[in-house]
Amino acid sequence: MLIKLVEHIDLNEAYSFLRTTEAGAINFFVGTVRNHAQGKQVVRLDFEAYDAMALKEMEKIAQHAQNKWPLYNVAVIHATGAKDPGEPVVVIGVSSAHRDASFEACRFIIDELKKTVPIWKKEFYEDNSVWVNAHP
Amino acid sequence: MEVLLFGITREITGKQKLTIPEEQAVDTVGALKNWLAQQYPAISQLKSLAVAVDSEYADDHQRLNRQSEIALIPPVSGG
Repeated sequence: MLIKLVEHIDLNEAYSFLRTTEAGAINFFVGTVRNHAQGKQVVRLDFEAYDAMALKEMEKIAQHAQNKWPLYNVAVIHATGAKDPGEPVVVIGVSSAHRDASFEACRFIIDELKKTVPIWKKEFYEDNSVWVNAHP
Repeated sequence: MEVLLFGITREITGKQKLTIPEEQAVDTVGALKNWLAQQYPAISQLKSLAVAVDSEYADDHQRLNRQSEIALIPPVSGG
């Protein structure tokens, strides 16, 4: 498994890691910075992580996916720091013999990551900023 | 006892990390949450607040000691 926090996402790193002649499918999910939220223009996102715990939680999710589906390998890479609209902030990559497993596992991993991994994003608009999801 | 802070909890407290005086008898996760709610009412307005002990999510009954790494986990928003 490739589990990392990085300053800049490199998709090729995940792809090189997952490539194997045994796999018939490699699936990727790439989360990127959207330039709008709640009807406002987003100018930047800042990501902060509790590094040690985030890596542990990412690894748990990847392991869970490997137990649940027949996968060859899993890559989970999340960026921290300031990110501009259009930039990638997370990549989930999964390789398997057949595509059903990699599609399903990829979806599972990003959904779980959003629920449990201690990473926080602050959204900056032209006039103010908010910690996403902090308040009901 | 020291408590690591992240995201909005740093802004609410205005601190990088919290130091809880020994005489406060904050000895469980639940007691820490109660102490925080009294000291920083804005923390009670968050959607949720979890506590991690040694980088694992901890329930309210878990005991705290000075050797543990304790952190507040406000609602996460990665991805």
